[in-house]
Amino acid sequence: MPSEQWTHPEPGEGPAAIAAQPSPEQVIAGLRATSEGGAELTQLLTPEGQRIPSEQFDSYVADVDDEVLRNLYRDMVLVRRADREANAMQRQGQLGIWVPLLGQEAAQIGSGRALGPRDMAFPSYREHGVAYARGVDLRDLLGIFRCTDHSGWDYQAHRFHPYTIVIGNQVLNAAGYAMGQKFEGKVGDDDGEATICYFGDGATSQGDVHEGFVWGAVYDAPLVFFCQNNQWAISEPTERQSRLPLYQRARGYGFPGIRVDGNDVLACLAVTRWALEQCRHGNGPVLIEAFTYRMDAHTTTDDPTRYRLSDELEEWKLKDPIERVRAYLARGGGADHDFFDGVQAEADEFAAQLREHTFNMPEPPPDRIFANVYAEPSPVLDAQREEYLSYLDGFATAGEH
Amino acid sequence: MMDLQKLTIGKALNLGLRRAMEEDPKVLMMGEDIGKLGGVFRITDGLQKDFGEQRVLDTPLAESGIIGTAVGLAVRGFRPVCEIQFEGFIFPGFDQISSQLAKLHYRTQGRVKMPVVIRVPFGGGIGAVEHHSESPESLFSHIAGLKVVSISNAADAYWGIQEAIRSDDPILFFEPKKLYHSGALKMEIDTETSPGRVFGSRVVREGTTATVVSYGPSVKVALDAATAAEEEGKSLEVIDLRTLSPLDLGPVFESVRKTGRLIAVSEAPLESSLTSEIAARVQQECFYSLESPVLRVAGFDTPYPPAKLEEHYLPDLDRVLHAVDRSLSW
Ligand SMILES: Cc1ncc(C[n+]2csc(CCOP(=O)(O)OP(=O)(O)O)c2C)c(N)n1
Repeated sequence: MPSEQWTHPEPGEGPAAIAAQPSPEQVIAGLRATSEGGAELTQLLTPEGQRIPSEQFDSYVADVDDEVLRNLYRDMVLVRRADREANAMQRQGQLGIWVPLLGQEAAQIGSGRALGPRDMAFPSYREHGVAYARGVDLRDLLGIFRCTDHSGWDYQAHRFHPYTIVIGNQVLNAAGYAMGQKFEGKVGDDDGEATICYFGDGATSQGDVHEGFVWGAVYDAPLVFFCQNNQWAISEPTERQSRLPLYQRARGYGFPGIRVDGNDVLACLAVTRWALEQCRHGNGPVLIEAFTYRMDAHTTTDDPTRYRLSDELEEWKLKDPIERVRAYLARGGGADHDFFDGVQAEADEFAAQLREHTFNMPEPPPDRIFANVYAEPSPVLDAQREEYLSYLDGFATAGEH
Repeated sequence: MMDLQKLTIGKALNLGLRRAMEEDPKVLMMGEDIGKLGGVFRITDGLQKDFGEQRVLDTPLAESGIIGTAVGLAVRGFRPVCEIQFEGFIFPGFDQISSQLAKLHYRTQGRVKMPVVIRVPFGGGIGAVEHHSESPESLFSHIAGLKVVSISNAADAYWGIQEAIRSDDPILFFEPKKLYHSGALKMEIDTETSPGRVFGSRVVREGTTATVVSYGPSVKVALDAATAAEEEGKSLEVIDLRTLSPLDLGPVFESVRKTGRLIAVSEAPLESSLTSEIAARVQQECFYSLESPVLRVAGFDTPYPPAKLEEHYLPDLDRVLHAVDRSLSW
């Protein structure tokens, strides 16, 4: 198992090591200053689009030729375009709220495309890119934000669990699912199954996430914890949640933790494939911290100007996940103008379809309120439904007079 | 000295919190995003700027952490006021509320005081996604040792939050989020002259035909129904419970003895709820005065539906009037 990624000085390695420990203030200052992600950051493609070789991870993306890269580029452009369209639709009153993913396309497409058909994903609520990579029709997903339903896709068909809004809840659910994969003997070799669970940097403070780490570790569950550290939990920066870089927490639970450049789709793909392989082979969980940035507001109801500086945003713009792939492809002749224009046209068409579908989304009928509360029939609810529907009928009759 | 100010519920809470912090240096605010952002509803706007980061804490993202540490801070003599961002996110803190916050005073034979307030924006009607529109107050009312209150207007918000913070008991303070910034509900409040005790139920509109009892966001619905009923020659008496636990039903009994009819209105599901408790106690105390069974207008026994359906789920004026008619036709 490659272990360099998570080795760092053992506490108590000797007086010198201890003396060299940074003070808490230094750690925190360091965290804020780590917009580069620090020396530990795994990166395969620089913001300028230069390919960096990696002894540990190159083999995990050996199959990624220009064509595969063009597809990853296309995925990210489509997902970004859909995200912008949804944001605009919220502004026009067509969606109740939108949770933007702008800036996080590489983390989501890279990790999402690393998954195999039998793997299971547990998202929180910003994983539209992962949903897309799992084959979920984004039109089905928009129902959540148009407030017509809580979850619009077949989770089994797509191996993509319903969104979870309560921070951290899904981490334990994912741990349980992964334990199930293990108990059913679905791990052990290349054909093994694994689970991936997404959560934010803020979520790492929740007790459920800690417990998820404990369960995952104790039962050697085939579970990749995928933390998208987008630097902010609404208005609270990551140092409100942790003194240590988040990936280093894994050590305390006894499994590997690794920090990947979350704006580097190639690195996200490679690192997630590696982590899934660890899981499939029965080596237990891995924590990936995808170091990225939330380029837009937390949601369309948030006002980030109250808490963050535009300088920070400008700095991160230079690390755009899509631009670096474009630069790489353009420079190496992997794609030409026609390709880029074609993808853009396709993305516009994709967005137009989303828009049309959203506008035509049927309103749920009132008796939807009572449907599926229980798997078994409930006379009490049947009575409530009948009473309410006949009350509504009363209006119809009154109107006829 | 009179100081009249025209305030929304949100602004009244903000001023009430500010005042409590000025009066007692042991009062702390804690919660997610309550500092720079002023809370997602801006109720704590400006407080961190004026009182500093040690009195207005942007906490890590964990409700059990917020409430559990508030318990410890209270043991140390502080008076923490916790903000839960939306009612649907209080459950990670449920254990700390029920196991520690509500019980320490009892367990220590009164040695430990728990002057902790947990502010909870609650209720629907804002077109939100899951977990942002619920009414879990009955769950907390079932926990002995905890006080549960709600407000429905700016004056009660302003004075009520101060009263809650001064109390040595743990209080869950439910705020009707839909009404926070309603300009129509602005009230002229004398922010200097205390009205005395705020909590305890109160008749907010007198009437003789039937009594409507409610709390929080539904009080407005009840009052609107009373105005509409008046046009049809029916006079509804409206009571705002304000204290949900321990329930103060004295004024309700009195009212039912006068009108003979009671309709309880709440957004929460029906089963095992506050409205169930009201119905049980009123039939026990006012059996001979009742002209018809106590009726309830509430949410259904379902999870809160997608927001496109919330107008069906939430009790509205028509459903209250329908219940009044049913009560009268008994
Ligand atoms: C238990 C719980 N508490 C509070 C909230 C409100 N809330 C929604 S998102 C959010 C910030 C989450 O930040 P992070 O985990 O970093 O994920 P991000 O949104 O940045 O992707 C908060 C506080 C919630 N949904 N659930």
